[in-house]
Amino acid sequence: MATTTLTRRVAAAPPLAPLAGTARLVRLALRRDRVLVPIWLAVFVVSAAGSAGATVGLYPTEASRVAVATTINGNPSFAALYGPILDPTSMGQVSLFKLSALGAALVGLLAVFLVARHTRAEEETGRTELLGAGVVGRWAPLSAALLVVVGTLVALALITAAGLAAAGLDVVGSLSFGLSWLVTGLAFTGIAAVAAQVASTSRGTKGLAAGVLGLAYLVRAVADGSPNGDLVGLRWLSPVGWSQELHAFANPRWTVVGLAVVFAATTVALAYALVARRDLGAGLLPDRPGAATAPRSLAGPVGLVVRLNRGSLLGWALGAALLSMVMGGLVANISGFVDENSRPFFEALGGTQGIEDAFMAAEWSFIGVFFAAFAIATLLRLRGEESAGRAEGLLATPLTRRRWASAHLLAALGGAVVLLTVAGVFGAFSTVRATGDPGWWGTVLGAAVVQLPAIAVVVGLTLVAVAFLPRLAVGVSWGSFTLFLLLGEIGPLLRLPTWLLEVSPFAHTPRVPGETVSVAQLGGLTVVALVLLVVGLAGYRRRDLAT
Amino acid sequence: MSPVIEIHDLSKSFGTVRALDHLDLTVERGEVHGFLGPNGAGKTTTLRVLLGLLRADGGTARVLDADPWRDVATLHRRLAYVPGDVALWPNLTGGEVIDLLGRLHGGTDLTRRADLLERFDLDPTKKGRAYSKGNRQKVALVAALASDAELLLLDEPTSGLDPLMEEVFRQVVAERLAQGVTVLLSSHILSEAEALSHRVSIIRHGRVVESGTLDELRHLTRTAVTVDVRAVPTGLTGLPGVHDVRVEPHGTGSRVTCEVDSDALTTLVDALAGAGVHGLTSAPPTLEELFLRHYSDDLAGVR
Ligand SMILES: Nc1ncnc2c1ncn2[C@@H]1O[C@H](COP(=O)(O)OP(=O)(O)OP(=O)(O)O)[C@@H](O)[C@H]1O
Ligand SMILES: [Mg+2]
Repeated sequence: MATTTLTRRVAAAPPLAPLAGTARLVRLALRRDRVLVPIWLAVFVVSAAGSAGATVGLYPTEASRVAVATTINGNPSFAALYGPILDPTSMGQVSLFKLSALGAALVGLLAVFLVARHTRAEEETGRTELLGAGVVGRWAPLSAALLVVVGTLVALALITAAGLAAAGLDVVGSLSFGLSWLVTGLAFTGIAAVAAQVASTSRGTKGLAAGVLGLAYLVRAVADGSPNGDLVGLRWLSPVGWSQELHAFANPRWTVVGLAVVFAATTVALAYALVARRDLGAGLLPDRPGAATAPRSLAGPVGLVVRLNRGSLLGWALGAALLSMVMGGLVANISGFVDENSRPFFEALGGTQGIEDAFMAAEWSFIGVFFAAFAIATLLRLRGEESAGRAEGLLATPLTRRRWASAHLLAALGGAVVLLTVAGVFGAFSTVRATGDPGWWGTVLGAAVVQLPAIAVVVGLTLVAVAFLPRLAVGVSWGSFTLFLLLGEIGPLLRLPTWLLEVSPFAHTPRVPGETVSVAQLGGLTVVALVLLVVGLAGYRRRDLAT
Repeated sequence: MSPVIEIHDLSKSFGTVRALDHLDLTVERGEVHGFLGPNGAGKTTTLRVLLGLLRADGGTARVLDADPWRDVATLHRRLAYVPGDVALWPNLTGGEVIDLLGRLHGGTDLTRRADLLERFDLDPTKKGRAYSKGNRQKVALVAALASDAELLLLDEPTSGLDPLMEEVFRQVVAERLAQGVTVLLSSHILSEAEALSHRVSIIRHGRVVESGTLDELRHLTRTAVTVDVRAVPTGLTGLPGVHDVRVEPHGTGSRVTCEVDSDALTTLVDALAGAGVHGLTSAPPTLEELFLRHYSDDLAGVR
């Protein structure tokens, strides 16, 4: 029997089409995604439709919408962080302003994760190699990944549109909003496809593409945050800005979809060209030989963990410096931002100082959540090393589990401290320079410090997940993080009960400057974090190592 | 002196899968102990319990007079491990990994490191992702063999090595043995165990089914005997220790083939007296047969 299959295989082998086996890989990928992707889609759709439904009830009249939109548009922090409301009369624009640019960026992130998962990660684990030996063409893995991701994004756009229409928004507007998410998603599918060829690990792929995403978000923040809309044209440079330029719910410009399709097609073509130029498993750049001996710093768990995380920390630190510099510069322009109509409103809020404080506080609560994501990703390496089978060899040396886990905790929390310091110092520097008021030093650094306890709680939760649910740790950590983020962003709009909103550790971070800092609240967060860390460490020490 | 490894009644389940089922195993100081068994028999699980990576459900395990679950830091200073499936960091070089593992152990013997790198023909400047399976294995082998460990736990250490490197591996293990090291070597290849081991344990379905020196085990095997006789003696089939008797016409007489337990050879020879033996061949007993017998029972069990 063996002989017959062998001869048949040999006879069929030579002219293997580059796309052969794509359909099989697509089926495989869909099977792998059958739980994860529906959950993600549901989160997106429920968030959007929930926001829409709530707003329809809250602001039924045009006058009420114009009133709230004027307030929002007059607030520069909202404009910079979420983008402005383009048409104050539009129900869709008002109800979804928090989910237009931010939502599009999250869809972009989903695209990046999915592309990395179905290209680089597959190659890394050797599965592609296994398949490649069968009847799978050179371009099949990338093609299958792209088909699956684009299909997912289109489905997301259509289901979201249906959900919005069901929630009471007009059908054409709903479709345009779905497409506005698709635009950014498609662009980052292409960007991630290129990143997957350039980087040689799935972590590197995600880092590279997510870095571009962060930059794109920042560019549009600068565009929307510029006084009098001087720089609003910059939005066109950012695939996240494109989703806004589609003007969903406000005379949609459908041609923007064409722009995104052309961009995605170009980047994908580049990715195919790169596939042809590299070896399976390798990056674009050939592997250069490295050091034959380890540097003195690579002597223990901390040295190793630092070595493994330093690249991503450096990237994040650069992003943090850039973000806080830009945001700091925006503060000085805020008075110019407030137009005459909304001035009385803001005078009531405490005048310029009040607006500046509100801007700074909003910016920092964002930064806090953002850096929590860094801390989660860093700590999850503890699990990643285990599932990759590398922890086994390390823990067979005198290295104890407690020291190994502690080293990762140090990287996650220490890394967060580094990022907060960088953002604080650069933010304070640029704010002081822009306003000429050295009082900002203390204010900004204070705003940085208070973010840490909530980050520590999230890190503690991640450790507990790694300790007690190793196989689900990645999903549980990111899932709870997304939940906290959504509770903070759209929980109040959905009129969720206070106790539920306060499940999120970020709800307990004081919004500084502006709010008084409650030592009890920060202390409470710290205690919760410590308990989670102790429980997590104990649990990680007691369980079986699981691959 | 107490044994280096002493396992009694060890059990470990993963959900409904019984990976170890009341396993007993003893490894004496200074020996190479071959730990043989088919896929999924429980070899890796046993080693992981001995390393404190897995917690046993029942039974006891002592390694170098320590509790492998509790005394991790002190115990692991005295042993080294080569996993069956070596995973390296994609962007650390082999040399860096060897040094890292060495330093975690408390120091690397640089001369021995250089010597091993040369003999295993391993390039330490390559990044982890660039190594082939065999070379990844060599990285772990060099790290383990360069250490000062008293006990080496090796999980299928040669599964990715070419024959030349397998030979180098055997030599190096022999040298370390001369220095007093104890080795527990898991494998499914009998010849590897035969070449290196003093004693062998065969594990199946999470239990040790045979254990002893190679001679003792050989004793358990059967000799294949072929005899050409003029007249077939009666009562051959019923003889104790004589199995699978077959008789077929051969020339003017008959040819008898059978399998004989090692201690039943005399019985057979006595029975053949007067049968007019004019040709006799006996195939030396090999462990391979014993081994395959266990493996095929295993297959039968699965079916
Ligand atoms: N983490 C785990 N979860 C579930 N089952 C496991 C796990 N580890 C091992 N097993 C099961 O336990 C049994 C013993 O596995 P083990 O890896 O110890 O076998 P082995 O003798 O090393 O096999 P091989 O020669 O293939 O390496 C197998 O049935 C295996 O499927
Ligand atoms: Mg094994």
